[in-house]
Amino acid sequence: MGLWMIEFHLDGRSGVSPYQQIVQQVRNALRLGLLREGDQLPTVKDVVAALAINPNTVLKAYRELEHEGLVQARPGRGTFVTRTLTDNTLAAHGPLRQDLRRWLAKARKAGLDDESIEALFLTTFRSAAQQEDIA
Amino acid sequence: MTAVLNAQGLGKKYGRRWALTDCDLEVPAGHVVGLVGPNGAGKSTLLNMAVGMLTPTTGSVDVLGAPAGTQQAKVGYVAQDTPTYARLSVADHLKLGARLNPAWDESLAQQRIQHLELDPKQRAGKLSGGQRAQLALTLGLAKRPELLILDEPVAPLDPLARREFLQDLMEAVAEQEFSVVLSSHLVSDVERSCDYLIVLVGSRVQVSGEIDTLLATHFRITGPRRDRKDLPQDQHVVTESHTDRQSTYLIRTDRPILDPAWNVTQLTLEDLVLAYMGRDVRPERPVLEVQR
Amino acid sequence: MTWLTWRQFRVQFLVVASVILATAVVLAVTGPNLLDDYHRLTDNFIANLGFKRLNPLLYRVGQVLLYAAPPVIGAFWGAPLIARELETGTYRLVWSQSISRRRWLATKVGLTGLAAVAITGLLSFAVTWWSDPIDDAINAGQDSNTYLPRMFPPTFSARGLVPVGYAAFAFALGVAVGLVVRRTLVALAITLAAVILIQIITPSFIRPHLLAPTDQYLVATSENIRGFMLSGPDSNPEVRQIEVASGSVGAWKLYDRTVDKSGNVVDTLPNWTMQCAPGPPPGLQKQQQPATSPERDACFQRLADEGYRQHVKYFTADKFWALQWREFGFFVLLALLLTGFSFWRIRRDLS
Repeated sequence: MGLWMIEFHLDGRSGVSPYQQIVQQVRNALRLGLLREGDQLPTVKDVVAALAINPNTVLKAYRELEHEGLVQARPGRGTFVTRTLTDNTLAAHGPLRQDLRRWLAKARKAGLDDESIEALFLTTFRSAAQQEDIA
Repeated sequence: MTAVLNAQGLGKKYGRRWALTDCDLEVPAGHVVGLVGPNGAGKSTLLNMAVGMLTPTTGSVDVLGAPAGTQQAKVGYVAQDTPTYARLSVADHLKLGARLNPAWDESLAQQRIQHLELDPKQRAGKLSGGQRAQLALTLGLAKRPELLILDEPVAPLDPLARREFLQDLMEAVAEQEFSVVLSSHLVSDVERSCDYLIVLVGSRVQVSGEIDTLLATHFRITGPRRDRKDLPQDQHVVTESHTDRQSTYLIRTDRPILDPAWNVTQLTLEDLVLAYMGRDVRPERPVLEVQR
Repeated sequence: MTWLTWRQFRVQFLVVASVILATAVVLAVTGPNLLDDYHRLTDNFIANLGFKRLNPLLYRVGQVLLYAAPPVIGAFWGAPLIARELETGTYRLVWSQSISRRRWLATKVGLTGLAAVAITGLLSFAVTWWSDPIDDAINAGQDSNTYLPRMFPPTFSARGLVPVGYAAFAFALGVAVGLVVRRTLVALAITLAAVILIQIITPSFIRPHLLAPTDQYLVATSENIRGFMLSGPDSNPEVRQIEVASGSVGAWKLYDRTVDKSGNVVDTLPNWTMQCAPGPPPGLQKQQQPATSPERDACFQRLADEGYRQHVKYFTADKFWALQWREFGFFVLLALLLTGFSFWRIRRDLS
């Protein structure tokens, strides 16, 4: 097995299907700049050998990424990144980050511990997302 | 596309007990099929008939288009408890495979043995359970089958050995592109590695189909108490449970669920398998098969 | 499959073969000397045999090994052949390796059976060849208590083709029993017991019927009388049986009963026949005198006059090979039937 830029992991309990997890992990890697244009994704064989998952799962994930225009399969050579998501690099959102830091400081001052902060954020995030859906 | 396994009315009786009843299956090629069910449900019986170790009492089973047991060179088989010759060495086992199989791939076999770091001179009886299972898998893979049948190969293994076995199996599938039928009572393994599911409970097939399709058509719906006959025709009930005020149904349907009273959730494969395993097994209930 | 059969069979073969080969070599080396002695000593050959202690020892060893070979082969080569594979489950490994059950069985049974027949044949050939001088001398009439004529049951089963027939039968029986019982040790025990039992009962129940024996009526005389059986209380014994010599050197007597003039078998002879007794009957009370020679002659004369004769059946020494072939053929036939059964049975469900 060669050295790849990224490694995949499967969370058996997340409720998210394996193929979705792979898609998400590739997207995250692209966002974080761990994968750049021209990098090769791990071969199906190597992913499968590492995770003991069905090859069709990996193929499906790579096909979806290709459908989204993020990667391209080159027959006989592998699957390569064609576009990154780093146009919206986190670095470009300095102001947003600062706002968030301020909010976190406030939450700590209010006496919230880590779990409460996370819960507060998640419920607010989700209910806002739902409202967006309905709207 | 020829089905890799085609069973029609397949049944097997031991004395007075039916180990397998009325089994109809049409498994397409190119899949890793998980055969799940509780112990004693008939999984081994089904697999043994598929490889020609047992003769059916009723019905028939065809494998790769020919009657079971006639195309031994194309079908690999790893039996339960992965039997090996205790006094023969690893190298002897490979020689056995080479001499008895016309399509033996010696380089593949050697590669695997090296990768597994097995000592060729070591007697099979002195290997660990995981190593023996890997040796049996090597014998099954190196004959280059079109279909590999494995009867609970990982059941007696520790978690690490199990994971390594499945990794190797999946890698081989990715490389050689053959079909696999794998029986297991561990749904977590099936969830990772299989894309086709057969649930066998009480000697009958409860459900069979591609896993993606099954997960896309089975839902858990909860809502105010409602009787089963009030549900739409196209919603087939798998299990149900009620309190005074609330009803929970596990249904299979191809149509969207439009009734806003229901809270609809998707199922994990484990939920689905448990549902089929837990419900009453009544003979009149038709076998559910998801066409794709 | 040939390789696999040999690989699995190696140890068992070498153990038995080394013993037999060693014996064969020893016999081959000492045989010519024995033959020399036979030619040199002629009539005194048997009498002098005991002087070289090696000779009686080798005679016995050969005999014992030929008796032991069939049960050992049946139990240790035949019984585990299939039983072990069924018991350990390895049949599920080998049958899924692109080989049909019948071809697998044919190779295993064929090669191992061939080895069984060959090795027993070798031993039997060596023992028969080595013992030939002794057998010839006994058949020529030289007396011995240790060496029996080769027609006699103890020697007959340790000569020529019969041990090979037994070995083939024992092997086929072991395979069939192993296939049915599916447990190595149980199959081994059953086969061992069955083969030994067959070896014991064959001379009495099977061999006499394989060939028509010489059937004669002889008159008992003081010269040919060999046995005299009494029963009942010591004070008043009854004469139950008279036995005579067949008159044929080296013959094996199967049957010897007294018949009266109508041809009916006599259960108890009249009291006056006591006078024919060869010597004083044991346990006789002192009042009764042993019969004198003229009294004995008169008794025998009276026996003949009153029409009493001995009905004897025996196999003459020259029937040796005829009987050997028949017994060999009988057991080979059994072996073939058992093998046919195994081939039929292997196709049935085994899990």
